[in-house]
This record gives sequence, C-alpha cells and structure tokens, in this order.
Amino acid sequence: ADIISTVEFNHTGELLATGDKGGRVVIFQREQESKNQPHRRGEYNVYSTFQSHEPEFDYLKSLEIEEKINKIRWLPQQNAAYFLLSTNDKTVKLWKVSERDKRPEGYNLKDEDGRLRDPSMITVLRVPVLRPMDLMVEATPRRVFANAHTYHINSISVNSDYETYMSADDLRINLWNFEITNQSFNIVDIKPANMEELTEVITAAEFHPHHCNTFVYSSSKGTIRLCDMRTAALCDRHAKFFEEPEDPSNRSFFSEIISSISDVKFSHSGRYIMTRDYLTVKVWDLNMENRPIETYQVHDYLRSKLCSLYENDCIFDKFECVWNGSDSVIMTGSYNNFFRMFDRNTKRDVTLEASRENSKPRAVLKPRKVCVGGKRRKDEISVDSLDFSKKILHTAWHPSENIIAVAATNNLYIFQDKVN
Amino acid sequence: MFVRGLKRKCFDGEEDIEGTLAGIKAIPSYNLQRQSLLDMSLVKLQLCHMLVEPNLCRSVLIANTVRQIQEEMTQDGTWQMVNTQSTGQASLDRLVSTDILCRSSREQAEGKLVPDYSTFNKDFESDQAQDSSETMSTASSVQAPRNLQSNVWEMENPQENKGSFQKSLDQIFETLENKSPNSVEDLFSEVDNSYYDLDTMLTGMMSNSKMGHCDGLETFSSPTTTTSSSNCKSDLNELDHIVEILVES
Repeated sequence: ADIISTVEFNHTGELLATGDKGGRVVIFQREQESKNQPHRRGEYNVYSTFQSHEPEFDYLKSLEIEEKINKIRWLPQQNAAYFLLSTNDKTVKLWKVSERDKRPEGYNLKDEDGRLRDPSMITVLRVPVLRPMDLMVEATPRRVFANAHTYHINSISVNSDYETYMSADDLRINLWNFEITNQSFNIVDIKPANMEELTEVITAAEFHPHHCNTFVYSSSKGTIRLCDMRTAALCDRHAKFFEEPEDPSNRSFFSEIISSISDVKFSHSGRYIMTRDYLTVKVWDLNMENRPIETYQVHDYLRSKLCSLYENDCIFDKFECVWNGSDSVIMTGSYNNFFRMFDRNTKRDVTLEASRENSKPRAVLKPRKVCVGGKRRKDEISVDSLDFSKKILHTAWHPSENIIAVAATNNLYIFQDKVN
Repeated sequence: MFVRGLKRKCFDGEEDIEGTLAGIKAIPSYNLQRQSLLDMSLVKLQLCHMLVEPNLCRSVLIANTVRQIQEEMTQDGTWQMVNTQSTGQASLDRLVSTDILCRSSREQAEGKLVPDYSTFNKDFESDQAQDSSETMSTASSVQAPRNLQSNVWEMENPQENKGSFQKSLDQIFETLENKSPNSVEDLFSEVDNSYYDLDTMLTGMMSNSKMGHCDGLETFSSPTTTTSSSNCKSDLNELDHIVEILVES
C-alpha cells in the first residue's frame, strides 16, 4: 500500500475517494444498511481502483513529474455516473466512474465473441437483449487538463455553478470550463517580474460554496485574500484581505514559517473560512478582516522545538483541516498519528489516535494527552516520545453524519459515532 | 526524522551546556547560534535540487529566513568581510545549540540571553582570531544566497543554465560523498582529539549521530552524511568550496 496523499467524501457521503503517492485512486462505497445487522451501520468497502496519473519526465527541464495525487474533488452527481477531478503537480483529470451490470446479448451481425458473421449466413433477424451480468465498475478519463501550470498544483476547487473549476499552483490560479481542455483563464498571477524578488507563494485556494464569483486563496505569509471575479478578468486586487497582526512577544526566526497557511476551507454555510498554519487552526468571519474570531492551539508544545523541526523539515509539513456537516466542529491532524477535534460551541477539544496497536476495531477511541511539563501521568505521552514520522495530514468528514476518514501514512481509518 | 524515545537536544540542551561549561567560555552566544541557523538554511537551499522540481514554498520560506538573519546581522554590524585563517576552534563554535533561537524574544529579555551590543563588541575584538574564520565563511555565504536564489527560482531558464547548476551540484555531491566517512568512528578519526571532549559537551549531538543535520541530508544516497557535527577543519573548507562553486556558476 502506498502513502495516502488525499481523502475526500462525495457530496452525499456515499463514496469516499483516496489518492496516493503512486498515482492511484481508490474509491470506497458505503454499504446499504441492512435490517438484519443493525449494528453494522453502513461500512465502507472498496468500490473502484484505478491508476489516475503516471510518472512523467519533463525533458525541457530534466525533471521528473511525480504521479502523486495532490487533491481529489468530487462533482455533484447529475446522473447515474460519478465524476471526480484528480490532480498531480501538473495535470488535472476528470474521471467518470460508472457501473455496468447488464450487457447486450444476441447481436444480429456479430457472434458472441464479437467477430462479424458472414452476411450470407444470416437468414434471421434478431434484436439483442440486455441480460444481467456481474457488477463491474469502470473508471474512464473523460478530460485531461494539461500544460497550464508551470509550478506545482496545490489546490483544485469545483465552482458552485458546476460548469467551471479552478486549479492553483504556487504562483498562479487558472479557471477552467469542464468542457474545454485546451484553454484556461488565468485569474490570479503573483509571479514577480524578477524571480529574485519572490517572497510569497500561494498555498491553497477554494471557491465560495454558494457564490460562484467569489473565491479565496491563502499565502505562505499567513494571509488570505478574497477575490470577486466580477471586478476584473485578472483578480490582482483582492476584495478582502485577512491577516492577523503579529504578536511581537512571540517573534522568532521561525515566525514566518509557522504562519504559512497550509489549508483554507469555507464553512458549509459560506459565512466563515478556516485556515491551518503550523501550530494553530483559525476561524475567520468573512465580515472581519483584521483578525480571526477563533483560534485553536493544535500542538502548542511544539513551539519550543521549532528549530529541531526546522532541521528535520517537519516544520514544512502541510496539515489540512475540515469542518463537520453543521460547521460546529473542526478537525485537523498532528504527529504521532494524533488528530484533534474542536467543538466551536462548547469550546471542548479532544485528541485521538489513529493506530491499530492502541485501539481495537469497534472500540471507542480513548482520548490522548501530551504532557509538557516534568511529571508525566500514566496515560500521557511526553513530547519527546512523539513519533514525527507518523503525521496525519489528510482527514475528511462525512457531509451530514459523524463519520470521519483519517489517513495515517499508508493506512486509512474510518471512525463513526458510537451507536447504542 | 525523530526517533521515538530519544531526547531532543533542543529541549535539554540548555541544562547540559550550563552544567558542563562552568568555568569554560560562556553559553554559546546568540550570534553563533544565529550563524548556525544561517548555515543550516543555506545547506537546505543547496539540497533543494534533486530529481524532482524543488518545493517552491519551502525554498521561499527558507530564503526568507536567510534574508531575515542577514538583515539582522547587517544591523548588528557582524556582517564583515575580514581576512582570516580558518581554525578548528572556530568550527567548534559553530556547533552550538540552536535552542536559543527557538525561544521568543520575550523569553530572551527575561534574562536567558540578552544580545547586548556593547558586550558583544568587546568580545568580538578580543576573539578576533576566533571569530574571523566564522565571518569569512559568513561573507562568502552572503554571495551564495543571491546566486542560489536566482538559480532556485528560475526554473524557466533555458537548459544550459539548469545544466551548469546541476553540474555544480554534482560536484558538490561528489565532494561531500568523498569526504563522507562510512561510520561514526571514521567521522571523528580525522578530528584532533583535543577537540573531541569539548564537542561532546557543546553539542550533545555526538551520541545522537542519527539526528541533527543528518535529517536535512536524508536525500543523499550515501548511508551517512557529513554534518556540521563533524567538526573538522575539512568540513569548514568544504562549505567554502561549495560556496565557491556556486558563486562561479
């Protein structure tokens, strides 16, 4: 199994897609709930597996293009087939996933193998009929959107008009129409004329869930810009600019690095945005630009270890964050296979672990705690014992139920609310 | 990567240093630690270029950190081009705990370490010979980032530009690989024994040879790496050698 690089539920929660470092996409489908086994609320089983991207070689620059899937985004379902976008560093693809459970039999002009029959032998007219067959799930690439990004694609986002989507790399954002693969509109370009003056890159971007003219993008300097595509073709000037003033007492050489935003997500309501930087998750009200309305500490005990984390590159890890269906709880990952949930209403938070060794299947997860000071209690784990190679970067929350998917390196964990 | 269960130098470094350096020179100064961070950052920038295109976000953040350090050093007046002889003693000073850099300025003001400029100037004059080699490599390092930056960002340049940089990188890799011994013992065999004990106390990294700069150089195919914990004269010369290559390209 390969390292999972992205996880995403579709709009109904029936399907869960994962992408991995080897360019494969695996889709899980939720079982129909059966009356015979009420305890087994719909579990997820493998539905389809396909190779989305292959490794490529850029001959002009003498560089490899990784096949790792950076992001998957589902399109809303409009017919019997499912559609999703998957992207690596350079190319976005639209995949159609469809079921086939019948096949035509009894062709007039072909025999069962498909070979054409000799016309002189055909004396009777017959019409093929559809007969049931074993369910087959096929994935076919319907569109390939290539050659539009010089830098590495970090985000894709489907617009609420369902006709367009955007792809963002380190310096540019392009707007695509699903039907047109040989052109895209460049809507954001922050590349300086002189590359030596480059000090800031785009780290994530997303369309507003309801307003098809609005999108946000975050930067490596900890800022978020909201743009309105109605104002100009090139959204060089933002409509809103979100930035929290720096706390001078906390300043260090690593301040900028830890302020770099690794993920930005609109709430389902469209009223708030959530951003993740290295140590915190912040919730912003779109109507207030000068500071977030909520800040949650994910793993503040790492603040005193920043130079070591810089040394081993962990400080550059890009954690994602997700909202639950009602926007009342937010979730993000950490190290040691820990992930954190914050309830925005009760202000309570919990740390859980995705690990086979430390919890049995179907057992309720035990809250974990990291101890900072000298005295370590029995169940606590000390900061120095944390395994920084076990990082949870990608998580997903079912759109309407309390089911979460957590990717821990090359394992996928699916957790549900306990039913009594 | 962190190995489970091993103590991190940054967390405990301070206590170790204070305990063992009683009577010897004071706690590694803020400037030396800042220098250490600068060196680490430059190494990281150099190692960005492998088979796959470097991560631009990471490169930009590291370059901004380098720039920040350089600006601060310029303001301090420590950024001087001085002629020097590189001594083993100077390379020792580079192997300092970077713990102090992790702390916020508030903590520093509270008395852990205050970068007092008047004291610093006095120390600088008295330790001229000691610091001179440090500033020399600092000076040559100044030119490195500018060239590095233009090479790091300009991915759209024609093939020959990339090719020459790639060639310089190959030379760097060769240099480092050749000088890279096969075991931890070999690392220290070239070191003057008189430095060894001081090293152990200063860095605390000797026992944890898996960590430290090894992680930054993980991408090397060779099993061990030259890290700044191998505090031999040759290592200091290597850095100059690398920088020379980059400057020429």
